[in-house]
Amino acid sequence: MFRKLVIVAALAAAVVAPAFWYLTIPATIPANAFTSHTGDLANGRTMFLIGGCSSCHAVPEQKDATLLGGGLALHSPFGVFYVPNISSDDKDGIGGWSEAQFVTAMVKGTSPGGEHLYPALPYTSYQRIRIDDLRDLFAYLKTLPAISGKVREHDLPFPFNIRRTLGIWKLLFLDGKAFTPDAAQSAQWNRGAYLVNGPGHCAECHSPRNLLGAIVASRRFTGGQSPTGQGGVPNITQGKLHDWKVEDFVETLETGMTPDSDRVGGPMVEVVANTKQLSAADREAIAVYLKSLPAPK
Amino acid sequence: MKRTDGAALAAIFAVLGAGAVVAQTDPIAARMALMKGNNDNATVVVQMVKGQAAFDAGKVDAAFAQWAETAQKLPGLFPDNSKTGQKTRAAPKIWMTKADFDAKAAEFAKVVAGNRDKAKASLVGLRAAVPVVADACDNCHKDYRLAKQ
Repeated sequence: MFRKLVIVAALAAAVVAPAFWYLTIPATIPANAFTSHTGDLANGRTMFLIGGCSSCHAVPEQKDATLLGGGLALHSPFGVFYVPNISSDDKDGIGGWSEAQFVTAMVKGTSPGGEHLYPALPYTSYQRIRIDDLRDLFAYLKTLPAISGKVREHDLPFPFNIRRTLGIWKLLFLDGKAFTPDAAQSAQWNRGAYLVNGPGHCAECHSPRNLLGAIVASRRFTGGQSPTGQGGVPNITQGKLHDWKVEDFVETLETGMTPDSDRVGGPMVEVVANTKQLSAADREAIAVYLKSLPAPK
Repeated sequence: MKRTDGAALAAIFAVLGAGAVVAQTDPIAARMALMKGNNDNATVVVQMVKGQAAFDAGKVDAAFAQWAETAQKLPGLFPDNSKTGQKTRAAPKIWMTKADFDAKAAEFAKVVAGNRDKAKASLVGLRAAVPVVADACDNCHKDYRLAKQ
């Protein structure tokens, strides 16, 4: 009996451990995958705004959205995440990163050190961003001020503090697919769909999550929990916003005023601080797409 | 007929009186009423800004007066027994960092006072003032107000 147990344990060690190791290797994109590219800073800024980078990465309790020294605490059911420094600082920020390392972090969720990043960085959405848009974003981020100082480590209990386990999470929830336009829809609708589902990562807050912290696909956009740990985030499908016209979505994204003359609250305030700086065409595209979101079945 | 009118008036006063009592003893209802007033006044003012209504200095002044009243009364309307109930959208954070909340209300008061004359002087002034006041609203809402469900 004891011998049998030993054999089973040995087998487990011989098969399962290497399988786990292999399956959870953090994916990277090699530097030679990129041809030369001239960064378009205006487009990079658009990505920065719709991506809402500053909502999490800006130094808390001050008003300059370009000071990306990090430090904000994100309270999740898995523990507290402390948002890192992504300023252009060579040592403590991303100033020393290569373009390939940046794109790898955004699309594969892998750090330059070859570790899994936690999906608190919403790479499940960011993986849909076009590579050229990411490169423009990286070029833009490099123009922002350098801030020194590393942010403290995340405060996560076991087993969530074992980054390697995220490899399994990614197998389940990171599909690796690029954004594919819907040929049956207009160019405007597709622009909106891209901004909302890629850089905008709207569904990351506006959807419920399962026990493993991944978005429940069938309930996408039907409302979720606030990343501040206080309160909820509303349903933005037509199941709830059927009275909103396209202009109402535009107005909300431009001024923060909803059709009932109310104002958005919570983290949406900072989202609007960004969307008000987008082009009118991009706000309209987002509005057209949002107006098309069906009520959940 | 006259007697019926009198009875109806008496009934109305009774209801109004009861409402006033509720407002005094029920901080959640009181702050909701203030916010509703802010909202109604914002609607009036924004319609002027958008050209959907004629500029009316009196209405602008009334709006700023009511916002000033909100700023002044609000900090006193969050006693410990008013954290939940009546679908309040007050975030628990208010009671965790009350001093900061009060400071933001004071900041709102300052912005309202500082923009009032300009706003009621002309439509151009109003157009310049409204986004500044709205920012002051949001400055508090982003930390202390929960999303509508």
